[in-house]
Amino acid sequence: MLKDKDRIFTNLYGQAGVDLPSSKKRGIWDRTAVLVKKGRAKIVEEVKASGLRGRGGAGFPTGLKWSFMPEHSPLPVYLVVNADESEPGTCKDRDMIRFDPHRLLEGCLLSGVAIGAHHAYIYIRGEFVREAEVLEHAIEEAYKAGLLGKNAAKSGYDFDLYLHRGAGAYICGEETALLESLEGKKGQPRLKPPFPAACGLYGCPTTVNNVETIAVVPTILRRGAAWFSSFGRENNHGTKVFSISGHVNSPCNVEEVMSIPLKDLIEKHAGGVRGGWQNLLAVIPGGSSVPLLPRTLCETALMDYSSLQELNSGLGTGAVIVMDRSTDIVRAIARIAHFYKHESCGQCTPCREGTGWMWRVLERMAEGRAEVAEIELLLQVSKQVEGHTICALGDAAAWPIQGLIRHFRSNIVKRIEARQLAERQPVAAQ
Amino acid sequence: MVQPMPATSSASFSFRGAFAERAKKELAKYPEGRKQSAVLALLDLAQRQNGKTNCVTDAAMATVASMLDMPRMRLEEIASFYTMIHRKPVGKYHLQCCMTTPCMLRGSDDLLPLIEKTLGIRNTETSPDGRFTLSKVECLGACANAPVVQINDDLYEDLTRDDMETLLAQLKKGDLTKNMPKAGSQRGRRGAEPQG
Repeated sequence: MLKDKDRIFTNLYGQAGVDLPSSKKRGIWDRTAVLVKKGRAKIVEEVKASGLRGRGGAGFPTGLKWSFMPEHSPLPVYLVVNADESEPGTCKDRDMIRFDPHRLLEGCLLSGVAIGAHHAYIYIRGEFVREAEVLEHAIEEAYKAGLLGKNAAKSGYDFDLYLHRGAGAYICGEETALLESLEGKKGQPRLKPPFPAACGLYGCPTTVNNVETIAVVPTILRRGAAWFSSFGRENNHGTKVFSISGHVNSPCNVEEVMSIPLKDLIEKHAGGVRGGWQNLLAVIPGGSSVPLLPRTLCETALMDYSSLQELNSGLGTGAVIVMDRSTDIVRAIARIAHFYKHESCGQCTPCREGTGWMWRVLERMAEGRAEVAEIELLLQVSKQVEGHTICALGDAAAWPIQGLIRHFRSNIVKRIEARQLAERQPVAAQ
Repeated sequence: MVQPMPATSSASFSFRGAFAERAKKELAKYPEGRKQSAVLALLDLAQRQNGKTNCVTDAAMATVASMLDMPRMRLEEIASFYTMIHRKPVGKYHLQCCMTTPCMLRGSDDLLPLIEKTLGIRNTETSPDGRFTLSKVECLGACANAPVVQINDDLYEDLTRDDMETLLAQLKKGDLTKNMPKAGSQRGRRGAEPQG
């Protein structure tokens, strides 16, 4: 278990103030200039050595991503922070923003130095109105205190930071859709390459990072790469904020070490599964986009990229959705399918048409109004959506359905057969 | 969701007072020649200024288009792409009930019919008196505090049927825009800390 002294997010629950003086008491903005003066190469090196991987879902090594940025760019260079948190199950960035905004702002400055950016935008989802107000206020405070702007934090580095609000579109969490939206267009993902590091916001070199990724950077630089990488297994280092929702006794956000057993996470922090561990049906371990795990696999799963990948699932955003045996699992996944149908941007045919088709079939299957052969057809269609779209939304729509069929096929079959049997029964005379 | 083109009309539109200041501030965030980036902010401000119907009128669309040097059609595309930009009138209280799986697991399927019954409106409808609009929405990003309902700018979290009944009764009573029921967790949580 993570010791209190090793916690990065010391105000995750809002137990202390969010203003600048209170934030300083938590060690934020403490001699930031010294860290800035380490210089670009050293900061990238340190973050690489820490083993930090992107916390927004894809898990790409952060230091490596930063090193793709051009050394000398004739164009402006941008840092964009992805605060468009909308992955079902995920609610960690929201609490980091509303309870610890200065940690994020300091992270922006240091990450900006690491990629040579003097301008940054934080793209926050539109529904987070209050959170945006907190962040806007924190940015004002930081400007007034000289921590942002010209000679930020007296480091000799100029750094401007702006907040940009979205307006309700899950797809804008995809980095190139986010850039499109930030440019004032519909949030439809761009083809890659070119990658944002070469051609991002306004055609300039850009790095897009998740809130959590950016917010842990100052602590990594203060306490050292070795400290951060002492948590978790090889290739899965650091601490992570997990969101635990659904059928647990005490849903919560909690910062823990990477590679913590899933069972420990649920039992020690979320008060256990409603009705006890034996009452567990399945867990979606990394936000709605990843395939679910039935209870038998949950016994041994570790909450890290490698372990969950071995189990044909993923760590994603670290959002654990717990479902007990009272759950109608087909309906639960049908809801997720509806989510992707609603959020598809409509650009690629397999996704635009496929997400709706898969949802409609699943809704029928939830009621048993389907043929058994359609299960195989659904699987086949999901494979035709997966990997055939510009962005990963198609994959994200396909995976939960594939997980459902992989682990709960018999459940669907039973439902279809029960319905067929019921329809064959002669209706009793009134 | 595709929002039908409305038949709203009003003579002219310009940002006034605090809204004008705010609009100027938003425009200043973006580099020279990139003012189109402020489109979502301006549309949001436009519908907030229009307190009567809380939507972007045709006149406002035209004003924003000329402010940003954008073709009107681009603006219509954007307005229909983003769920938070409204081209149809929205009630004084906009209730958005999250229906996605984490909320469903914690009982959002009970809340929706309760809201429908109490207010006499269904998904996407506005009550005849223009006070309430109901929307079924996808994940609001507060899953450890599920189920959640967003009312205007605030999230109401950790809701039970009883909480929702009380909330609706309060909203129905009168004008509460200045004095909304306490937002956030209805179970006394500050954030998403474990309880009990």
